[in-house]
Amino acid sequence: MNKFGYTISRDNQIDYDKVDRSMAAFIEKNEPTFRICIQCGSCAASCSAANFTRFSFRKLCLLIRRGLTDDVQKEVSKCMLCGKCRLVCPRGVNTRNIILNVHQALHKTTVYEL
Amino acid sequence: MKNVIVIGGGVAGMESSAQLADMGYQVTLVEKESKLGGHVDQWDFLFPNHRPAREIIDSLKQRLNYKVEVKLGTEVESMQRNNGQYAVKLNSTEVLHADALLLASGFDLFPAQKKEEYGYGIYNHVITAADLEEIFRSGNLRKVVSGNTHRIGIVHCVGSRDEKVGNEYCSKVCCVTGVKQAIRLREALPEYEVFNFYMDLRMFGRYFEDLYREAQEKWGVQFVRGRVSEASEDVKGNVVVKVEDTLAGRPMKISLDLLILLTGFIPSKGTSRLGDLLQLEFGSDRFLKPADEHLLRNHSKLEGVFLAGACTGPRSIAETITDARAAVLEIAAFFRDKVTVHE
Repeated sequence: MNKFGYTISRDNQIDYDKVDRSMAAFIEKNEPTFRICIQCGSCAASCSAANFTRFSFRKLCLLIRRGLTDDVQKEVSKCMLCGKCRLVCPRGVNTRNIILNVHQALHKTTVYEL
Repeated sequence: MKNVIVIGGGVAGMESSAQLADMGYQVTLVEKESKLGGHVDQWDFLFPNHRPAREIIDSLKQRLNYKVEVKLGTEVESMQRNNGQYAVKLNSTEVLHADALLLASGFDLFPAQKKEEYGYGIYNHVITAADLEEIFRSGNLRKVVSGNTHRIGIVHCVGSRDEKVGNEYCSKVCCVTGVKQAIRLREALPEYEVFNFYMDLRMFGRYFEDLYREAQEKWGVQFVRGRVSEASEDVKGNVVVKVEDTLAGRPMKISLDLLILLTGFIPSKGTSRLGDLLQLEFGSDRFLKPADEHLLRNHSKLEGVFLAGACTGPRSIAETITDARAAVLEIAAFFRDKVTVHE
């Protein structure tokens, strides 16, 4: 059979009726400042890892909040926990604790606890 | 004794009438509706401190008592200037004479059905912020949510900052109203999630930013940056909203029990009509234009005709009260200067 190179492209739409928000709920419970991010992006602008990778803490938090967790494992591994983002955050978000909780949530997902 | 006719019995008109009467002028307050209070009389609780709107109206009404002649259900038909006085003909055919006129004819809410893509008047579960205030007051909130999705959406900038409806200006108070209503919804329906769809959050006033933070921190309200492009209804009667989550860079689809539209300000019919009758100038936003945007904010270009409140653009209650008082001072100065000239 001829293959024409067609594939089914990944749906780009966030279907909020289908997403799984358990990771967001887990992080929110353990680190309440997860809720108060205003998406200003100062964390991402100050990020030392973002100089070399496409890591954005702002976007990571937002995607988790929207229940889009497919790429979280790959993304969160880029963070070196330097803590610069925590220094610049105007809302006092505990960014490092969020990263640690993301790791925990991922661990719990793999052992089916979340 | 100098006398003033104040046109419009909302917050601006009531406050300025009471102040003018306190200063010893004879005041007639003309209101087209059968009761005083304007829009604020329809609201339940106010931002930023959840104070009952009732308190404001009651307090203003109390201060009018016995000092101001109030004419309800009365509209102005024409205004004529003779020898420095205005002859104001009312729809009751009565003619009043005044040394100064104060226009406090305010705003109307943008008619939400004009944004047809949001389905107001088409879908049962699409309502305006004003409708929601009424629902809060009636205590029937649980009756208007189906419980299918346990989610409620609030759309900012409906009829504001929108060239498609001809309103390019910001209505200023809808943002904080949306935050206030989100909190009230979460309080009343704790098992519901609330989503605010916004373009920018303009928390310009004192304590507004605190309210925004409270909405996120205490109530977990979700803010989605993006303008809702359309709403539709599914078979269960849920409202399905499409919006670009611009911060995620992804389109989003979400089903809701209820969609609330934060309709903006437009000049009231009365404001447009009075402006036309007196041949006053209008700004590019079609609200009345003051003689000077910085220095003479309560003066019209006509001698003896003053402006107060939202007839010159969107305002909060606190700003309206300040503006009404400022107009009163301008009127007093006008009378004082006139006296010196004549003597």
